[in-house]
Amino acid sequence: MGIAEFARDGRVVIGDRPGAAVVAAVSGFLLLDLVAKLAGTTVFFLGTKLLGGSLTVGSLLSMVVDGLLVGLAVGLAGIGLSMTYSILDFANFAHGDTVTVGAFLGWVAAYITAGLGTGAPIAELFMLNSGRQLSTVSTFFPVLLGLVVAGVGSIGIVLLIDRLTYRPMRDTDNISLLIASIGVALALRYLIAFVFGTQTSGVASGGLRVTVFSMISVTDNEITLLVVSLLLMLGVHLLLQRTKLGKAMRAMADNEDLARVTGIPTERVIRLTWILGGGLAGIGGYLLVLESGTISFNFGWILLLLIFAAVIVGGIGSIYGAMAGGILIGLVDSLALIWLPSGLTRASAFLVLIVVLLLRPSGIFGGVSTA
Amino acid sequence: MSTVDTIRDRLDALPDVGLVVGFIGAIWAVMLVLAIAVGGANWANLAAGFVGSVTVLIGGYAILALALNLQWGYTGLFNIGIAGFMAVGAYTTAILTAPTDPAAGAVPGLGLPLWVGLIGGMAMAAIIGGLAALPALRLKADYLAIVTVAFSEIIRLVVNWNGLAEVSLFGVPVGTGGATGISFKSANEVASTLINGVGQPLVTAAEGVGVSGPNLANLTYGILLLLVVAASYWVLARITNSPFGRVLKAIREDETVTQSLGKDTRRFKIKTFMIGCALMGMAGVLFRGQAGYVSPQQFRPTITFYVFAALIIGGSGSNTGSIIGAATFSGLLFYLPARLGENISLGGTRAPGNIVDAVAGFASLDPVPLLAYTISNVSTLRFVLIGVVLIYIIQNQPDGLLGHRNEPATSVSLDRPQSGSGGESDE
Repeated sequence: MGIAEFARDGRVVIGDRPGAAVVAAVSGFLLLDLVAKLAGTTVFFLGTKLLGGSLTVGSLLSMVVDGLLVGLAVGLAGIGLSMTYSILDFANFAHGDTVTVGAFLGWVAAYITAGLGTGAPIAELFMLNSGRQLSTVSTFFPVLLGLVVAGVGSIGIVLLIDRLTYRPMRDTDNISLLIASIGVALALRYLIAFVFGTQTSGVASGGLRVTVFSMISVTDNEITLLVVSLLLMLGVHLLLQRTKLGKAMRAMADNEDLARVTGIPTERVIRLTWILGGGLAGIGGYLLVLESGTISFNFGWILLLLIFAAVIVGGIGSIYGAMAGGILIGLVDSLALIWLPSGLTRASAFLVLIVVLLLRPSGIFGGVSTA
Repeated sequence: MSTVDTIRDRLDALPDVGLVVGFIGAIWAVMLVLAIAVGGANWANLAAGFVGSVTVLIGGYAILALALNLQWGYTGLFNIGIAGFMAVGAYTTAILTAPTDPAAGAVPGLGLPLWVGLIGGMAMAAIIGGLAALPALRLKADYLAIVTVAFSEIIRLVVNWNGLAEVSLFGVPVGTGGATGISFKSANEVASTLINGVGQPLVTAAEGVGVSGPNLANLTYGILLLLVVAASYWVLARITNSPFGRVLKAIREDETVTQSLGKDTRRFKIKTFMIGCALMGMAGVLFRGQAGYVSPQQFRPTITFYVFAALIIGGSGSNTGSIIGAATFSGLLFYLPARLGENISLGGTRAPGNIVDAVAGFASLDPVPLLAYTISNVSTLRFVLIGVVLIYIIQNQPDGLLGHRNEPATSVSLDRPQSGSGGESDE
């Protein structure tokens, strides 16, 4: 391709998709700025600072690791949201509170197991305020048990909610279901507040710090989050691609009526969707608390928009999109600190969400359903 | 026919104004009874306090529900960024009207009169609403929902950001106050000036029966807010019953058909969004900024969902229903449980500090600790109640108390007559 042709193509892109061109220009500028910052040079134009500054490779890497870790947990939680969206066809606003419920169930189990025999009063253990901080290495079995309880417990809760709330309204439109999920979200969140109070409790601290490549420092809890979420994502991938159930789920996401006509037991697939999505949400919440160290009654609700951003950026309905979107949004949330003051990094993640929706409403992996 | 249907038929038979006045009157009566029951000698002051607070809440939520009803109930635009548009209105007004020489530590503003600020706030909310409506033109309902809620969070994070707390705009110091918020001349202050000026005989009379000055001012403010609700209702009823409103309903039912009839649905959607957002901005000033102070915490997304609850209870697509829903939500679900929880005592039993101690009472077959714990935490539990009511309504009564989603174009009903009781009307 000659230069003239290339330039013409460029003009066509700018003319046809001005939004995309602007986004490309901004991203290019930011990348250039990042390179300049890493090189430690500053470029001035007409007396004003154009780009550059200073940033060490080490701090960039630690930001990337932070973003990656949060992104993995967000992606894990996002899988369930994406699945309910494609199979049940509604945006589930209660998903964030499912994350919270799973985290609380898991941490109560971990705390009680860890505290048994230490003479700590059961009430303090249950309320997560005995002052003890768990970590994967120092209290391996309680943390592992908590992980399992978080998954199983949240599955139980979402199945109960489905039975009571969504099943009676299977045939209604998606906005009614969305509104019902807002009701579920309110009820769940404040039931947690009723039982556990509204304070923030510190429950986990990194027990062991490991330095990788003599530059990145990670804790044992962060490694747990990394390993568990990657394993679970691999598991979901195998389930969808290699099992009959996965095939049925993909068929249903594609066309529910057709799936029913072909003899797929849709109600059973829906139940399995909730089991898979709810379990992953609970485990995602548990792992996020393990990583951040603190838990409070509304952390999942606050996280919900980030999960939505991840799922939509990836292309709602696509499981792989949810995983990729989670990592992308996690990275944006963390790396925005290079250019923006700390109060505005979260806003940048939402801005990415809006921009993606405007430019490519079907998301990055758009057009692909559940596969 | 269920009981809800019976109630709805009876409500439908009443004229709209009578219905609203009767309903709010009934809520006032409940507050009065509660005050008499728990207030002792101080009951009159307590009643004025209860009625004043509940009226302000009803007024605020009614304006918001009416605005949302225009966007969602009539046009089908699923806006869950209400909190953000309220924040735009409230902050614009605050910046325009805050004194130029504030007390130490406070943020200066432009010192304009309140009415200028209010108009400015509504205009700014309308402009930002118009911008936010652009995605509405191309997105599906639930995507629009997520965009608007993200938009409102961006607004909240920006006003919360310390970098804008105090900046110099063309040499004039202005700002949002960051996380600590901004103080300005409140609408409430206007009400108390009114009370202490023209209403002086009223104050004397009220003090005669034991009602304190601040409570009377709050009550006055609530009633003034109801007048604003009445004005908004009138405007919205005019809009929705006009040819413009018919186009909105047509967009709600089928946008493609509306387009094919030659209507530029995009412009209708943007206009509707702007009108609704202007009203939301006004509610941000008059309701959230009532005490002359706004902070980012007042504009969390939660308030958006409360407005949704109010509208769905009342019935989307009905302006009267919006007000009834706002009154039901704010009076009976939001305000009343908290006051009941504060004023019910269990003969001196102290509520346990946590749920474990509360449940432990069951070991000795004593339900009192759990009961006491429940009552002392009723302000938390009321949100569970709101959630459950929302689910119940959307499952069993999607039209709310007064939804008029079916508007026949013919003068005679085309519905098949029901064959006795037991027939499924929705089949």
